[in-house]
Amino acid sequence: MLTSVLLAFAVALAAPSLAARLGARAGWVLAILPAGLTAYYASFLPRLAAGEVVDQRVAWVPQLGVELAFRMDGLAAVFALMIAGIGTAVTIYAGGYLAGDRQLPRFYPLLFSFMAAMLGVVLTDDLITLFVFWELTSLTSYFLIGYKHEYEDSRASALQALLVTGTGALAMLGGFLLLGQIAGTYRISTIVADPALLQASPWYVAAVLLVAAGALTKSAQWPFHFWLPNAMAAPTPVSAYLHSATMVKAGVYLLARMAPGLGGTPLWFGLLALAGGATILAAAALALLQRDSKRLLAYSTLIALGTLVLLIGVGTPEAIKAMVVFLFAHSLYKAPLFMVAGAVDHEAGTRDVTRLRGLGRAMPVTWAAALLAGISAAGLPPMLGFVGKELAYEGLFETPWLLAALIAASAVMLLIVVLVAWRPFAGRTLQVPRAVHGAPPSLWVGPLAIALLGTLFGFAPALLQDGLMRPAAAAVLGSPYAFDLYLWHGLTLALGLSVLTVVIGFGLVLAWPRLHPALVARFGEVRVGPVAAYAGLLKGLVAVATAQTRFLQSDDLRHHLTVIVAFAVALTGTVGIASGAFAGLALAPVFEYAYEAVLLAVIVVGVASAVRAHSRMVAITSLGVVGLGIALLFVLFAAPDLAITQFLVETLVVIIAALVLVRLPSGTLRAPDNGGVRRLAGTIAVLGGALFAGLLMAVTSYPLDRTLTAFYEAASYPEANGRNIVNVVLVDFRGIDTLGEITVLAVAATGVFALLRRARAKRADATTGSGNAAADQGGPPS
Amino acid sequence: MNSVILRSATNLLIAVLLLFSVFLMLRGHDLPGGGFIGGLLAASAVALYAIANGHRAAVRLLRVPPQALIAWGLALGVGAGFFALLQGDPYLTGQWLIFAFAGVEWKLSSPLVFDVGVYLVVVGVVLTMVFALEER
Amino acid sequence: MEVVLALVVGVIIAGALYLVMQRNLLRFVFGLILLSGGVNLLLFTAGRPIRGAPPLVPYGLSEPAGAVANALPQALILTAIVIGFGLTAFALVLLLRAYERLGTLSTDELTARVAEPRPIADRGDGEVAP
Repeated sequence: MLTSVLLAFAVALAAPSLAARLGARAGWVLAILPAGLTAYYASFLPRLAAGEVVDQRVAWVPQLGVELAFRMDGLAAVFALMIAGIGTAVTIYAGGYLAGDRQLPRFYPLLFSFMAAMLGVVLTDDLITLFVFWELTSLTSYFLIGYKHEYEDSRASALQALLVTGTGALAMLGGFLLLGQIAGTYRISTIVADPALLQASPWYVAAVLLVAAGALTKSAQWPFHFWLPNAMAAPTPVSAYLHSATMVKAGVYLLARMAPGLGGTPLWFGLLALAGGATILAAAALALLQRDSKRLLAYSTLIALGTLVLLIGVGTPEAIKAMVVFLFAHSLYKAPLFMVAGAVDHEAGTRDVTRLRGLGRAMPVTWAAALLAGISAAGLPPMLGFVGKELAYEGLFETPWLLAALIAASAVMLLIVVLVAWRPFAGRTLQVPRAVHGAPPSLWVGPLAIALLGTLFGFAPALLQDGLMRPAAAAVLGSPYAFDLYLWHGLTLALGLSVLTVVIGFGLVLAWPRLHPALVARFGEVRVGPVAAYAGLLKGLVAVATAQTRFLQSDDLRHHLTVIVAFAVALTGTVGIASGAFAGLALAPVFEYAYEAVLLAVIVVGVASAVRAHSRMVAITSLGVVGLGIALLFVLFAAPDLAITQFLVETLVVIIAALVLVRLPSGTLRAPDNGGVRRLAGTIAVLGGALFAGLLMAVTSYPLDRTLTAFYEAASYPEANGRNIVNVVLVDFRGIDTLGEITVLAVAATGVFALLRRARAKRADATTGSGNAAADQGGPPS
Repeated sequence: MNSVILRSATNLLIAVLLLFSVFLMLRGHDLPGGGFIGGLLAASAVALYAIANGHRAAVRLLRVPPQALIAWGLALGVGAGFFALLQGDPYLTGQWLIFAFAGVEWKLSSPLVFDVGVYLVVVGVVLTMVFALEER
Repeated sequence: MEVVLALVVGVIIAGALYLVMQRNLLRFVFGLILLSGGVNLLLFTAGRPIRGAPPLVPYGLSEPAGAVANALPQALILTAIVIGFGLTAFALVLLLRAYERLGTLSTDELTARVAEPRPIADRGDGEVAP
């Protein structure tokens, strides 16, 4: 299983060069990978039918107990087959849809990376690994949605999807960590096997909320639903793949995966029923405002996702049975519908369903695929979609108000099907914005094949029963559940509700030509609710980030340093005072010799003078006084090496400073700062000085640990033949440090040299006239 | 700077100062001094010479570009550590060769080579900066 | 004695911080010089300075006779002084170049002038755009 995921990543790496070499056939050839994977995953079905579960373990970070654990059970198989199977159709489709696109070589690696990551999500048995793959799907989908990156709305939609799902994923990671803490492992199968432990934990509520945040954002549940319709800015193969069958279902997958462990509580039911129900109603209502075929389909996907979340929340065996069947059925009709909408857009040049009529003659095969998938989507017999919807109705019998919502939404679903799969094709006369030709095979093979599968499984749902649906339901329920699937249930209540749905649906179809313009006129421009909240949050975030960056990391050096110094002083000072480090320090100055007092006074005066100086000479001289004062202190306190070094360095600093200052005009030391700025700087500086003095007093009030010094003193002569301990430390005991230090010096000299040499070379250039006269623009002649 | 007194004094002093700087460096292992101090003194001496006689004269006095001193110094510093590897000791462990010759005890050692490297780097660094500034 | 030295260190660092937080780049560099001296003295004081006995091993002995000054901080400070010199020199030259190029030493004006768009042929550091 690990190999299959890695293989997909490997093909993603190789895809650009393959695609470039294969040209127009690239889609067909590259589809071999997902087709092969489909066959591979299908080979697990007999074992799953026998009640087996296949595990695979590879250690990854053993120290942290993180491993690459993979597990194939019924739920994983359903998803893996959808990902690989629909991936096959999408790969072929993309080859035709994006033919001639210059960026096509960039598309395949992203598509296959996404496929690999998605497979990783559903196959892994480890929460951390799942999170990593989950984020990879978000990242690759960001690039896929933003594929047409030259368009503003395309980029904005991609960013929106990334931000919404990424924020959710962050919360989800927190939830995962909580689960790991509660259960003591990140192995998913172990965690969900002990619901009593999880639900008794005080962290249960937090864990559910956090994990649900990740799942609900990923599956575009209300109030995070808005990113999905906007993500229709993606090219159609991406929508068909990510936004029908795979990525948006990752959230559903996670909820289903966690259901045995976290489910069955009022919180779980309430949360998911609320999210799913709200999504269904919101999507059904908003769909009435749309006439773009892809956006219509996006809202129908929202309805389906809401239904799935709802069913997981209800969690009864009937509901779960309905969930797994509906999940599969939805993928088998939604992906073809997207591809059909894309093919129409590709050939006719618009996705506005009101501008398309009579396409059926020009694109008969496409229409066939559209009808097969559409009947399934509308929940009509004899398709798998019908089986799924009937089961969903039955699953909700115990919660009538949710059932009512689903019936209303299913009626809207029927309307959407008519608008997307019937209206553009039907009619005698052709009405399109531009000349239409039949779609090439690559555009109809995939959708037709998948739609035919949906038909086949509709007639004979029992084909799916043993290998897929029963094991999948068992994985979600946590215990085996035997059931049989039929197309025809007999004259049941569910059938009656289906008839009711169809009646309402056709009522909507008849009313739509008048209803839609009226609704658009009334609500078309209304921007409230989650979308407005997202826009506001984003704007606020950017504003806060800008303001904070401007404040904390100002380009103005003075401002920048003031913030750093103030923060450091405040933090250190607070900690120091709070920990009592400054308590009981004696402030009594003790001078043993009068000249020491004089020397220290000279240093203090030097500092004061340097701070107040308005003349550069005064400033330099004052700094020199301070430096020499420090050197004299070194003399007094038995540090001859330091004293000599300090004297020499003072001399050299004066030389260098003089060389620099003569090139600056006079008056450059004038302080342009106003009184307020100076007072602020002064206050911070005094506090900082006091802090350092206090820290130093606190440090020196403790006895000194002389272990290291004693070692140097004892070892200096016997081991290193040196009597000057300071020098021995420098060149022998700590030689490698010194080596580093002279390297730093060399780097500083190189920097100085480069700064000055480059300027000189340019000036020479300018004066000989070979360079451009504006080369040193902005600088005064020097 | 055009001062006869400074120039004459510097021309006399430069040799003494440079010699003294080498002396300081060599004695550093036993008495105050060493590569840093010796290097700073030598650099100050040459800088003084440059102020008195112009930097072209100082460049001529030095014969090699100061960057070369940095390179040689770093090479000596790094290279001094390899003596230890030859003896099977960890890198930069001090190696000593002490012998009597001409009635004097000679102490040759890898730390001495290292200190010479420090000396050269310090001279090279300071003079690179001073010359680069003077040249403008 | 450490108390007095600590107070002096406090004064030097206060002065240095004040200068560093000024708009004038030259003052900033002066603050840097002062700061390096102050920190060296801080390290020195933390090593408990004593009078009159440098860290030397007398001839004829293999260890210092009696208490001598703490050699460890001295070794640290010696390199710190030289590195501080390198830093100061680099800062001064950087300041010189900034002034030559932008014609000001005021940090806010520097920011404003760097932010201004320059002709394509000369982008800030003199690299000529292709």
